[in-house]
Amino acid sequence: MPNEKNLLRRWLNGQVDWSAMLEQQQTEPPKAAAPYEPHWDAADARRAVRRGQWAYTTLAVASCLLLALFLLLTVANLPPYGSDSAPTVNEVAQRYVEKGTEETGAVNTVAGLILDYRAFDTLGESFVLFTAMCAVTMLMNAPGRRRVRKLDQDIVDYYQDPIIRTVCKMVIPIILLFGIYILLNGHLSPGGGFSGGAIMASALIIYALVWGGERAAKAIPAKTVRIIVLCALGFYACSKTYSFFTGSNHLPSIISTGTPGRILSAGLILPLNVSVGFVVCCTMYSFYMYFRRGDV
Amino acid sequence: MNGMFSHLIENYQACVAVVLFAIGMCMLLFDKNLLKKVIGLDIMDSGTFLLLADRGYITGRSVPIISDGVTDMAHYINPLPAGLVLTGIVVSVSVSALMLGLTIRIYNKYHTLNMDALYLIMSNRRKGGRI
Amino acid sequence: MIMTIFRLILLVGLIVCAAATALAKKPMQAVIIYMAFSVIMSVVWIMLESPDLAITEAAVGAGITSLLLFLTLRRLNLIDQDEAHRRHEEILKKKAPTAEQKEEADHAQ
Repeated sequence: MPNEKNLLRRWLNGQVDWSAMLEQQQTEPPKAAAPYEPHWDAADARRAVRRGQWAYTTLAVASCLLLALFLLLTVANLPPYGSDSAPTVNEVAQRYVEKGTEETGAVNTVAGLILDYRAFDTLGESFVLFTAMCAVTMLMNAPGRRRVRKLDQDIVDYYQDPIIRTVCKMVIPIILLFGIYILLNGHLSPGGGFSGGAIMASALIIYALVWGGERAAKAIPAKTVRIIVLCALGFYACSKTYSFFTGSNHLPSIISTGTPGRILSAGLILPLNVSVGFVVCCTMYSFYMYFRRGDV
Repeated sequence: MNGMFSHLIENYQACVAVVLFAIGMCMLLFDKNLLKKVIGLDIMDSGTFLLLADRGYITGRSVPIISDGVTDMAHYINPLPAGLVLTGIVVSVSVSALMLGLTIRIYNKYHTLNMDALYLIMSNRRKGGRI
Repeated sequence: MIMTIFRLILLVGLIVCAAATALAKKPMQAVIIYMAFSVIMSVVWIMLESPDLAITEAAVGAGITSLLLFLTLRRLNLIDQDEAHRRHEEILKKKAPTAEQKEEADHAQ
């Protein structure tokens, strides 16, 4: 066999005789090909799926019916709806309602409950929000300008529409103000950290939607969002540590409950509402930006 | 048996909560699309919260916001279940967001959302196939 | 009496919305019906004398969760657009519909 490297030059110079090579190859008998054995073909797959489907459907129907039956049995044995002699209306609820304003200073009993008597649970819940934000960051974070710009391109440019642009210019500050109002009045009227934070987040989300992801990323950089979340959680933990420490050691604490009914009252409830609101706002805004763009 | 049935009719709101829970669980188990499973989990959460808050209501009494300095317990509903549900609603949205992120990643990798197809592809890849 | 009837109507609406979500064929239909379910749930919280829960459910359930579901639909390419929406998007992106599509639209009318 002629050398592969020189083959082209020799053929161009007319020195290669193809007929000799063809005759050589014809004398060799062709090798028998190995039989092809697929180890997973369509009929097997369909049979397996159908068998598993039947077993799964039966078990699922049985477990759903059983669970619903047991739950209905439980409901039938519950105390009647709206009765005041139920076991849940006991001295715990009595203490929370009667001494609530006096001990916490909050007019809204539920706010006093979740941010003073049971503030540890709310701290745990803020940590759940923070964990969800970390997890979504790890899953959806795809920084890098080309990838982010590619995801941004599919979104309709609402900035071109004059109605949306004008209305949003007027409405975003009002929504933000409304969210701050609900946040600050958590201990006086229905509201509090979670709802106020969600409303503030929706104002920021409308801004990111209309003005585009890049301008929103410049106006609300990722570092700011993370620093706000960490500071809010740290402040909640530290201030509530002080409160627990002085309370359990029967020491007087410098934070007084104030006059119920005024804004600057209720001890630590107002700052804790603000920090929970910031955590919720930043978490919801970063959820939106990671889902839309891959980068805050 | 008759007494049990009349109790069920009396607690109709808790029955509705159990029905919502069952519908959510059916969506979770029977729907092949991953996104509808996530929505089913959300509906299950809502059913649970309805059952919890339903236990705090007392007929004839009003919102637990102290008004006019009246701190007698006979005027307000039980505030405790409302506090529990408030935490629950926010945890529900966190879990939903995490599951939706996972759904997007699964779609990016396997380009399908059907549970049967996903199961076949994953089991095939585990056995060293070529799908 | 009237409040009881109103509460019954709301609860029946809840069950109808949940069943419709379960039986919806397309994921986009399920998400939109889930938004309505959240709003009805918010009114049910008010009937149970808990305004904190009502505000939080309206802001978080009907707002944030539905928003995240829609964003997921966009990333999964499951948003089905009808003709009017597609044309509106083309106008917003400053792309005039081609002559072929204009003719098609005229013939369809």
